[in-house]
Amino acid sequence: MNLTLILFYVLAVAAVATATGLLLSRNSVYAALFLVLNFATVAIFYLLLGAPFIALVQVTVYAGAIMVLFLFVIMLLGAEKLPRGQVLPWQRPLAIGLAALLLVEAGFLLYQRLQTTAILAAPGAELNTTATLQTLGMALFNQYLLPFEVTSILLLVAMIGAIVLTKQVKGEQA
Amino acid sequence: MNFALILEWLIKAIVLVLLLLGGFAYLTLYERKALARIQMRVGPNRAGPWGILQPIADAVKLIFKEELMPAQADKLLFFLAPVVTLVPALVITAVVPWGPTLHVFGRDITLYIADINVGVLYIMSVASIAVYGIVLAGWSSNNKYAMMGGLRSTAQMISYEIALGLSFVGVILLAGSASMTEIVTAQKSAWFVLLQPVGTVIFLIATLAEVNRAPFDMPEAEQELTAGYHSEYSGMKFALLFMAEYDKMIAICSIAATLFFGGYREFWFLSNTILSVDRTPWLGPIYIFIKIFVLLFGMIWVRATFPRIRYDRLMAFGWKVMLPLSLALIFITATFILLAQQLNNNLLLAGIPVVSLLVGLAAIVLVNRMLRRKEYARA
Repeated sequence: MNLTLILFYVLAVAAVATATGLLLSRNSVYAALFLVLNFATVAIFYLLLGAPFIALVQVTVYAGAIMVLFLFVIMLLGAEKLPRGQVLPWQRPLAIGLAALLLVEAGFLLYQRLQTTAILAAPGAELNTTATLQTLGMALFNQYLLPFEVTSILLLVAMIGAIVLTKQVKGEQA
Repeated sequence: MNFALILEWLIKAIVLVLLLLGGFAYLTLYERKALARIQMRVGPNRAGPWGILQPIADAVKLIFKEELMPAQADKLLFFLAPVVTLVPALVITAVVPWGPTLHVFGRDITLYIADINVGVLYIMSVASIAVYGIVLAGWSSNNKYAMMGGLRSTAQMISYEIALGLSFVGVILLAGSASMTEIVTAQKSAWFVLLQPVGTVIFLIATLAEVNRAPFDMPEAEQELTAGYHSEYSGMKFALLFMAEYDKMIAICSIAATLFFGGYREFWFLSNTILSVDRTPWLGPIYIFIKIFVLLFGMIWVRATFPRIRYDRLMAFGWKVMLPLSLALIFITATFILLAQQLNNNLLLAGIPVVSLLVGLAAIVLVNRMLRRKEYARA
């Protein structure tokens, strides 16, 4: 039982707890904050796996930018308190059915993998210390150039879409 | 990982936090004194000689103030928000090197807490987390003015974070590393402010917006929002929010000094003398302190000089001027670095400041012409 393994279990409990908190809290500001905590614990997982770049990007992009925008929208719309509201009659059985399906699938995969090899190397067993900015950049721009460019075009299209949607037509008041 | 190493880290961390807390107290006095001199006043001069006990008097006053909690406030978040605001301001300085390696008691003591190979990214991510405190303070107060202040700061900080992040890229390209110590070492021959003059200006403007200082102090515009996100705060909770604001100023100035003004390295006219950091390493903290002191004066000077700009123009400036300009700078920097590498001539790097200054000048002219257009003045 080394230190990394203890840290892993503590973080695993924290990640599951924050995810549960996100689902169960009735106040959507609290739900968003639970999600931020969840992102932070996942970032520490990345650090444990020896990927500091991914960890910090996770914090900057997800916790720092996207979740702030979520909070912004929640507060701007005043949608903090979820109403008790009606539940769609078919929603609950469908959700239970799909969740059961997912569990069965995950269990089957786990069972199959267990028979061939160990699922994963033990956390912290071999730290990939080569994940520097240079190697990452080289991999992105050589080996994965096409997916990288496709992603950038997708993001550009989304950006243009947002601008077009919010553009004011001349003479029309906002 | 032995016991002495852990002890060394602990001592360094505690010293840094204490420096930031003491620095906050005396930064308020420094600001009040400097503002007073700029406005032809004397400033605080009653508590102790030259008013140097004024911060202590302020602290005692704030400790004995009654702490009010709005009845309809969200109690937990109202309590947590000042803490969430202060912690990023304290931890962001962990990657800033304060000096080279010292040899004391037969040990090598490095004058920084952590030297991680993605140090610049660490600064970005801590800076992006810093928004939460302000936004939560605004929301949990359950007050329209506080809420507006919180929302404004969110929009502002997210917008200027992009220009801030892009202004880091030029430095990373020039140094060939994102580690703060390597960035300082790379500035041995020339400070990056000489190679990245426009980048430095963009960084300084963006950081003013990040720490909500005048002329970008929209989140707490008194005339419109009473005191913005901290309207409902009093006593020590207010003091924490106040402390976070001033500690962010110190942190930002130390980062600016490290990235663009040579960090703990000596001034150019002192290199190769006995006063250079290579010969007398313990001078490093003194040099960086002088640089931080001067940069802080710049921030105070800006506050005393510029009026607050209108909110829509603040956003337009961030998105339509700062963002394209910093993208252009990255392109210019990368092009000239590639040219210098291919032609094996380091003098080509001098093209970066020339071309970037031209582009910066073009941006100023364009903004000026745009402001003269009639429909913009009416909006």
